Amino acid sequence: MAMAADEIEALIRAALPDAVVEIRDLAGDGDHYAARVISPSFAGMSRVRQHQLVYKALGGRMGGELHALQLETSVPSGDHE
Amino acid sequence: MTDAKERIDALVKSNDVVLFMKGSALFPQCGFSSRAVAILDHLGVPFETVDVLQDQEIRAGIKDYSDWPTIPQLYVKGEFVGGSDIMMEMFESGELQQLIKAEA
Repeated sequence: MAMAADEIEALIRAALPDAVVEIRDLAGDGDHYAARVISPSFAGMSRVRQHQLVYKALGGRMGGELHALQLETSVPSGDHE
Repeated sequence: MTDAKERIDALVKSNDVVLFMKGSALFPQCGFSSRAVAILDHLGVPFETVDVLQDQEIRAGIKDYSDWPTIPQLYVKGEFVGGSDIMMEMFESGELQQLIKAEA
């Protein structure tokens, strides 16, 4: 059921190559993670859309083999094009 | 529309603030649901909860309804707002208070 942190990171990076991804294993059990994803691709999107993009990157694992992922998304600061 | 989707639609449209969660407001069965309830309690607004553990059809259907893979899910005046992380971010920035007050 569990997923490795670098597996999660690789999936997110594959879908959002410009993203800065930071994963923390919250409980040390390989099942409860927090992810911070910072990407210019998120510009102009609602939080719901941003999270949906990350969930799509995880390809249906979220809510299944990946039970708990606290997610924080943002656009890089200083990026105001 | 499927049966589940119709039922979800009715719940979302007939309640100003409704949280689909695991367990009840009094006895949440998951940390994320518990956090979502704590935020709404703190706001002091009336809200309805739907325990998806009691209803497999809604548990599966709600994920398609919002194209969102996890529970809890908050809806305000018929609109999907987000899960517990978004609720927390919006609570901390004051947006959630504004949204709910404006809609109440």
